[in-house]
Amino acid sequence: MSGLLQVRGATVRVDATMLLDAVDVDVHLGEVLVVVGPNGAGKSTLLSVLAGDTRPDEGSVTLDGAPVEAVRPAELARHRGVLLQENQVSFPFRVVDVVRMGRAPWRGTDAEDRDDDVVAGALDDADVTHLAARRYPTLSGGEKSRASYARVLAQEPRLLLLDEPTAALDVRHQERVLARARAHARAGGAVVVVLHDLALAAAWADRVLVLAGGRVAAHGAPADVLTGALLTDVYDHPVDVLPHPVTGALLVLPRHGAAPDVVPEPDHDPTLQPLAEDLA
Amino acid sequence: MTATAPRATRAALPDADPSPLPPTVPARVAWLFGGLTAALLGLAVVAAGSGHLHVPPAEVLGGLARGLGLELGPEPSHPNGYAALWTIRFPRVLMAMLVGAALAAAGALMQGVFGNPLAEPGVVGVSSGAAVAASATIVLGVSVAGPWTTAGAAFLGGLVATFAVYALARSGGRTEVVTLVLTGVAINAVCGAVLALFTFLGDTQEREQIVFWQLGSLNGTRWAYVAIVAPLVVVGLVAAGAMARRLDLLALGERSARHLGVDVERLRVVAVVVVALLTAAAVAFCGIISFVGLVVPHLVRMAVGPGHRVLVPASALGGAVLLLAADLVARTAVPYADLPIGMLTALVGGPFFLWLVRRTRRQAGGWA
Repeated sequence: MSGLLQVRGATVRVDATMLLDAVDVDVHLGEVLVVVGPNGAGKSTLLSVLAGDTRPDEGSVTLDGAPVEAVRPAELARHRGVLLQENQVSFPFRVVDVVRMGRAPWRGTDAEDRDDDVVAGALDDADVTHLAARRYPTLSGGEKSRASYARVLAQEPRLLLLDEPTAALDVRHQERVLARARAHARAGGAVVVVLHDLALAAAWADRVLVLAGGRVAAHGAPADVLTGALLTDVYDHPVDVLPHPVTGALLVLPRHGAAPDVVPEPDHDPTLQPLAEDLA
Repeated sequence: MTATAPRATRAALPDADPSPLPPTVPARVAWLFGGLTAALLGLAVVAAGSGHLHVPPAEVLGGLARGLGLELGPEPSHPNGYAALWTIRFPRVLMAMLVGAALAAAGALMQGVFGNPLAEPGVVGVSSGAAVAASATIVLGVSVAGPWTTAGAAFLGGLVATFAVYALARSGGRTEVVTLVLTGVAINAVCGAVLALFTFLGDTQEREQIVFWQLGSLNGTRWAYVAIVAPLVVVGLVAAGAMARRLDLLALGERSARHLGVDVERLRVVAVVVVALLTAAAVAFCGIISFVGLVVPHLVRMAVGPGHRVLVPASALGGAVLLLAADLVARTAVPYADLPIGMLTALVGGPFFLWLVRRTRRQAGGWA
């Protein structure tokens, strides 16, 4: 296993808010790194730092030992592909046109000759071959997400950065997308996936990075990191982790109905006290 | 056993779908270019022969050949026919094509950069920005660059207006319809006020020139003007064509375009300069001719899809056809009168714009 991307002490601030606070991460070829954490933990910011979109205020990001900001956009595009959460297309391009756009970084290289095969393969991997001639804006949310995934696969980068690729997908396609991502890693690539679904994280990660409040709360193999105690603490909500009775795989189960009352009682909520005093 | 052996490349991809990919360029594209070219040439011959002094098509071609030093076809039979063709008609026909191509290509380019089908040099105020600067040179009597002064000022005015719209109407890599249109309203209002001020300050002759600006007309086109406009338009069209691929990627949004290797900041700046160049070339001598940049790219998109490698050249060709036709109507619809062409295009383009806004609104599910 070799390091492809190294992040050291990455700190990102917006005004007084710390989005990332001295985060260290290594992305290795051959493995799937899953990033989890509550809303606002800095997951998307970290992905944006890894992608070279956001330059950290402090710390460094290096790709193959070279500072990522020094790599030209066209060169960088041959190394990393990024699937964002939101994937809008301004004009009614066909799905096949959108996926072909993924080949743009390879224009003028020998790899261009394989364009048609790569695009056909990517369409199939994301299960959107039957939608190839459809106009992108007419697709459903999940179909858009898969079509965009096909675009990123067609780019053939070594490093795949995926921001919640499964959020809009049904169970079958969730599995298919993550299986394809793992296959990419097994074939020698690297994958970083941001996931909200902890069960999926437990199932597909080689390594898990738990972010909370812009800091690394835990980092390591899923079985070591995804524990009931840690997740309960990080998410501020009771979470159980059990072995699957049949397969032995990790099951991550948030306790449903365990949230504090959504409507607080006035005398228990300090923010409502002044109002109560005014009324008195 | 079938006659065809499976392709080796397919064998490497066992999961690959055997059905071929949809073609990159629809078959209709060839028909569109062929049809538009035929329409342009036919219309040019008819337009050159139409007017106060009628010249039949065969004599138009004969006159053209003679002017180019070829003894082909019949000579214009009217004693003034040859002179009318070469001093009045041909420069005007050529100018109509150049201006139409420039405006439509500028529209296509602008829509690509803004990621919004409603962006158009006239609607967002680029044309009026160019007109303000040009009329300033008229009223203030500036002539630092000789015959290029007006065109140069129009370019600067258009550039300032384009950057202003760009800076004001964009956020997060996209421009919302309502923001864009309202920004255009504001820019047009300011430019209208400045134009009004210049109209007030100018003497009778200058006023006439400014009014002509606002109405838009190809009347009085001379070869000297064509010689200034043509190189600007050619440079602008070549630059627009060179940007086409990257504009496609920009449709994915700025971040995704950057992830695919596009230097988005540079592309934006270059595109805005090219839009200003094309718009300035169009309005420099002919005034504000609006909606060409809106209508033509939209029709082309409906016919052959949004890919800019087809859209930009097809829009240029379509714009040339549209403006040539509009100019023919402008100078022949009413005998002994040369109607302002800007009025005609706005008359057709205004309702079209309304329809487009309603359609966009319906698709976006609100004022998004």
